[in-house]
Amino acid sequence: MSERKIRVLIAKPGLDGHDRGAKVVARALRDAGMEVIYTGLRQTPEMIAEAALQEDVDVIGLSILSGAHMALVPRVLDLLRAQGQANVKVFVGGIIPDEDIPRLLEMGVVGVYGPGTLTEQIIKDIHAAVGEPYQPAHP
Amino acid sequence: MSLAESVLQGNRLALARLLTQVENETSQGLEDLNRLFPHTGKAHIVGVTGAPGTGKSSLVNQLITAFRHPPEGQQPRRVAVIAVDPSSPFSGGAILGDRVRMRDVAGDADVFIRSTASRGALGGVAASTANLVQVFDAAGFEMIFVETVGAGQAEVEIARLAHTVIVVEAPGLGDDIQAIKAGILEIADIIVLNKADRPLADNAERALRMMLELATRKSNPATDESPPLLEWRPPILRTVATEGRGIQEVVDAIWHHRHFLETSGEWERRERRRLCAELENLLQAALMKRLQETISPETYQGVVDDLVSRQLSPRQALEILLDGVKR
Repeated sequence: MSERKIRVLIAKPGLDGHDRGAKVVARALRDAGMEVIYTGLRQTPEMIAEAALQEDVDVIGLSILSGAHMALVPRVLDLLRAQGQANVKVFVGGIIPDEDIPRLLEMGVVGVYGPGTLTEQIIKDIHAAVGEPYQPAHP
Repeated sequence: MSLAESVLQGNRLALARLLTQVENETSQGLEDLNRLFPHTGKAHIVGVTGAPGTGKSSLVNQLITAFRHPPEGQQPRRVAVIAVDPSSPFSGGAILGDRVRMRDVAGDADVFIRSTASRGALGGVAASTANLVQVFDAAGFEMIFVETVGAGQAEVEIARLAHTVIVVEAPGLGDDIQAIKAGILEIADIIVLNKADRPLADNAERALRMMLELATRKSNPATDESPPLLEWRPPILRTVATEGRGIQEVVDAIWHHRHFLETSGEWERRERRRLCAELENLLQAALMKRLQETISPETYQGVVDDLVSRQLSPRQALEILLDGVKR
């Protein structure tokens, strides 16, 4: 009853309209026992930070396919820090050029995932980031 | 400073954190809840329930907007939403998607939306929902909307929790025999026929009217109490929530119902009923826990073994376990 669940916000900032990947990840995290708040398309960084605050999430997954990640991600990170949520772990998924990955990690992003990533990997990384032991589900 | 004190001072991050503590029933969270309780009892709790896909979230989105931007001469209200979605019975995880439809109010500091998973509870709300309501109430939110999981015929728990229950229907969901079955329509204080621009809306409204005509509430749905002195007849209101049509009428109906509750003495009765139900739930959980502590796991498993091998019936097993407690 009173067990703790990992709470994850899956959000799509910016203007691209493709949320299939975000939904696949949301579903995989649900099946891994997490509570996933899904916010839908075309969110501003302000909306995402506000939702993260109200929902008191442990993790945010940003799905970005538009190429605007170098503008959107730092904005989200700044807003989180400003509202006292620097503890929230931010992951980024989508189409991210290789050369941008180290820069995103340097900003404070915990993981960056491109096409073909196994959802198992994301689940493992989230457990590691929030400091909860990971136990794979029994088949 | 404790989270409870920060919440009373209007700190939103503290509010978010306390909601998590309360939802997880941590000892800290429950202690803070005790501290907040004297500050509760002021909010108007509105339940919104109905079948999946009838438009509950879209309606709530419009209602928040309407209460934040009322017609001239009325005060805007501080609004909180608790949106419950189902937990997977297999993984325990959940997709909480009600926020998708509640984005017209983004950036308003006097609106707070919290998504929550049912975590195995079957009544349409979570075990912790009543506690989350208390936190919002103490934090000074005047209107608290509780959106249930998509509910069918038996998820009537919301009637114990809310002052006003809105049941959302949509055209084409069932014939008139559905309307006369027991359950969710009986708990309605306000019936909203959403998606009223769809074909068959007239048929749906006719079926609902017929049901209401037949209904003379004999007693309170959640208890055996006698009926209120003044009769409240649930209005049937047509809306198209995605376009904002018919929303002001729903807001007016909420105010009318509140006036009815206050003038008929029903408000106090519902408060009493609500707190009584909460106490009962707590008692059940605590007694169950105490029982489990007094019976060793070996004894318990032994009784279950006898049950499985049909040497004991469930009732005989119960007697053996209870005897163990009395001894």
